[in-house]
Amino acid sequence: MLLAVGSLAAMGATLGAVLGIAARLLHVEGNPLEAELQDLLPGSQCGQCGYVGCAQAAAALARGEAPVTVCPPGGKAVAEKLAKKLGVTADLSEHEDTGPEYALINEDLCIGCLRCIGECTADAIIGGPKQLHTVITDNCHGCAKCFKICPTEAITMCKVPVTLGTWHWDKPQAVAPAEHMH
Amino acid sequence: MTTAFTDKSGPFTHAPTSVQSTMATVLVALLPATLFNIWLFGWPALFLFAVTIGSCLLLEAACLSLANKPLQPAITDGSVVLTGWLLAMSLPPWAPWWVACIAAIFAVVLAKHVFGGLGQNVFNPAMVGRVAVLVSFPVQMTAFVPPHPLFSLRAPGLIDSLRITFGGGTLDSMTAATPLGHIKTELSRGIPVGTSIQQVPDLLDMVLGFHGGSFGETSALLILAGGAYLLWKRIISWHVPVAMIGTLFVLGTLFHAVSPDRFTSGLFHVISGATFLGAFFIATDYVTSPVSKQGQLVYGIGCGLLTWVIRTFAGYPEGVAFAVLLMNALTPIIDQHVRPRVFGRTRKGDPLPIKGDK
Amino acid sequence: MKLFPVRGGVHPEYRKERTSESPIVALPLPRALYLPLQQHIGAPAVPVVAVGDLVKKGQRLADRGGSVSAPVHAPTSGRIAAITDFAAPHPSGLPQPTIVLEPDGADAWTDDLPSPIADPLDTDPAAIRERVAWAGIVGLGGAAFPSAVKLQLGTERTIDILLINGAECEPYLTCDDRVMREHAAEVLDGARIMARALGAARVVVGIEENKPQALEIMGKAALAAAGVTVTAVPAQYPMGSERHLTQAIIGKETPARKLTADLGVVVHNVATARAVHHAVRFGRPLLARVVTVGGGAIKDARNVEAPLGALVSDLVSFCGGLSRPPKRIVNGGPMMGQPLPSLDVPVVKGTSGILALTTEETNERPSQPCIRCGTCVTICPCGLVPVEMAAYIRKDNVEAAAKIGVRDCVSCGSCSYVCPSHIPLVHYFNYAKGHLNDLDREVRKRDHISTLVEARRSRLEKQAEAKRAAAAVRKTQEAATTDSEARA
Repeated sequence: MLLAVGSLAAMGATLGAVLGIAARLLHVEGNPLEAELQDLLPGSQCGQCGYVGCAQAAAALARGEAPVTVCPPGGKAVAEKLAKKLGVTADLSEHEDTGPEYALINEDLCIGCLRCIGECTADAIIGGPKQLHTVITDNCHGCAKCFKICPTEAITMCKVPVTLGTWHWDKPQAVAPAEHMH
Repeated sequence: MTTAFTDKSGPFTHAPTSVQSTMATVLVALLPATLFNIWLFGWPALFLFAVTIGSCLLLEAACLSLANKPLQPAITDGSVVLTGWLLAMSLPPWAPWWVACIAAIFAVVLAKHVFGGLGQNVFNPAMVGRVAVLVSFPVQMTAFVPPHPLFSLRAPGLIDSLRITFGGGTLDSMTAATPLGHIKTELSRGIPVGTSIQQVPDLLDMVLGFHGGSFGETSALLILAGGAYLLWKRIISWHVPVAMIGTLFVLGTLFHAVSPDRFTSGLFHVISGATFLGAFFIATDYVTSPVSKQGQLVYGIGCGLLTWVIRTFAGYPEGVAFAVLLMNALTPIIDQHVRPRVFGRTRKGDPLPIKGDK
Repeated sequence: MKLFPVRGGVHPEYRKERTSESPIVALPLPRALYLPLQQHIGAPAVPVVAVGDLVKKGQRLADRGGSVSAPVHAPTSGRIAAITDFAAPHPSGLPQPTIVLEPDGADAWTDDLPSPIADPLDTDPAAIRERVAWAGIVGLGGAAFPSAVKLQLGTERTIDILLINGAECEPYLTCDDRVMREHAAEVLDGARIMARALGAARVVVGIEENKPQALEIMGKAALAAAGVTVTAVPAQYPMGSERHLTQAIIGKETPARKLTADLGVVVHNVATARAVHHAVRFGRPLLARVVTVGGGAIKDARNVEAPLGALVSDLVSFCGGLSRPPKRIVNGGPMMGQPLPSLDVPVVKGTSGILALTTEETNERPSQPCIRCGTCVTICPCGLVPVEMAAYIRKDNVEAAAKIGVRDCVSCGSCSYVCPSHIPLVHYFNYAKGHLNDLDREVRKRDHISTLVEARRSRLEKQAEAKRAAAAVRKTQEAATTDSEARA
């Protein structure tokens, strides 16, 4: 009996020591989760989420303070990826997904007030005071800050069109949902 | 902007294969051995067969409707009939009806539908059913009878047969051990293999099948013919059967050469018990065996090895069912680690080097 | 000639009998020709004509749009009716910029054609490449890659073999078969000219065994040509795939992400070789191509030499029209061909076949659960595991599928063809590849935006810094002035 007790005690002590040493040696500094979450966000520091920048939003997500739908320009795609990374289920059925968008300035309504240029964090709008403003679509990622600030509502958010070069097959439909026996 | 023409991508032609035709071919391959065994063991065997397959079909229908899945095509594609057929072939031919039903519950409900239905099971359903009743009802599952051919004097009549299958209780006086079982029992009594092997049917009889055992244990020859038919029809490939039988044969021969009194020969291992049925019909089950050919070789070797180990050292005389189930558990790992080499890449996954590259 | 085994592949019913014995027939000029500006891989061509212009046959209508591009020529004389968006021969049904040419019926050649190159087998390879580029020749096997760019591979690498692809492994298609049977000399001449452009010492023509007449005729013609070998390859789909045909001939696998040229082999289609012959020997650009019009729903299936820009509906009516409503209209062969949304799309340089397939021929059935039979793994010519990749993609884990090699899939269709559960495997992989491309584009865009944002931030900071510095300077100046004022 003594042998059994002694051997089990020795095993427990050894394994405990191994775990303790491993915890010291293999300690991971910081939370890599934040950096991974930040990678999933658009990175344009537009501020629509309410946080100063994407890094802060990622930190809030990691702390669990922000919902996965925190990023408006990211849309459903980013929300889904964030949910997957955080391991939470997100009810995105209500979320209206508009798809990738870009801003378009209606030249007849633009008054050249420079407000949208001030808002755009990616320098995607060019124009001067009292001069026509226009959006460089390649640099626009659809955060819609300019859309919200324009005093004459000259900006509309348009869907990025699918071209022959970007079209691809949709996911095949699953097997038809089962009908009830009767 | 899809129209009816462009709702799916190609290809727009298909081989004339289907799940149904595959299952049907396997059933055809099993037919000779099955008919022979029904003749060999009489009406009770036929009733047991009918009860097993019938209960499998009923349970499948019940599970599908409980899960709100459509009955077609699952009921008619033949997959559950095949499960029931193989299950029936692994039962003693005069087993009572309730053994068959309980085995069917384990096979269809537990091993198949709890995991998600067709294509989702980890373990071979027929083997799960057989092993469950073997462990729970050892008496009924080891009560083998010697041959009572139909229309012969020894065969029980229809009423007697109904009583055997549905009346409950086998007549003890009619039981007999299988060759594997007999040798194991004698070994445990200290009688060497060389002696006990004289008392079992000789090799020719074992091949032809005139001895006691479950459906699948008799008639190695007809099972082998069925297996050859499956190979010819390209339903199965040679990898699993050759690996399993080969390993079993090699191990048997090696150890028999070392100690003939303790170990039976390779040839005996190969033609006794459910080796051929296991190698051609059970271990080759699509869902529970690896998808790549290389993986199937590993799997077959494992089945052969475990069969030999269980037969030689473990408490049960027949090891195929357990061996297959144990290897089923390893199939996902085999699939993960044993994959074919991708065209243009090394085994590790890097692009092939070009001569002259650094 | 010693051949090497190719792993995997399937043996579909070839169904070529209906069209393989009928000679090529020229399509009468339709009422209008619709010439897309992009009939090739690469940048779209740029129009050099305007609406209302009168053009002659062979006249250039659009110039190359970049280094990887091809020009477009007028297949016949007529008037430019419009330069507008028109439906592309593409499953999406999306429109693309297209030149609409109304033939005047005269079919008059332009006087502007270059003179034939004398002694092309002895001439500067660059001259041949230039002529091929001028002629707008692209890979006529279906890939439509600008051939002149492909012929440039000889300048960067040593090319030992020009492999002419006469395999035509797709069911129904017989256009290459007929071209080889009826114009063998032209094909071989074009091949030798291309070999000269590449600096390749040998020409090998690979023809599948199921084309015995083509083998015989090409074999006879090759006797007269030095350095040309005609060899039969096994009738195994996808033997026409560049990498697999190369493996059959030289026994080496093309490393992933590399070209067959890295092994010293360049592959071209037989029809491309014939087009090079016309361009070099006669100074003619690519204006027409042979198309197999077939399938059970076509009344009189045959091989048609159609001017580029003819509508698919023109070809179908020329072949007797539809005998019954088709289940699918396919551009190309049934295995790798793309479905077309309607008959009102043009024939372009890459159109090798138009098939109107019936329900019986397509044998489509609703998909059932996977039974893990492993047949897809056995027959995959690229050594992939379709069952596993499709399972991942179905569960929206496209990255895991990429890890086990979905980007290496060539979409040959063999796996979908054999699957007993009729699971649309290739459809999953096409979706996955498209989705991965989307993700790559998104990452590139995100990086681009991040660069811009960072640039803006540092610019604003610099401005703020400059302001602060200026304010500090002013403050010290003011302090100095007040000081001196106070002292004064």
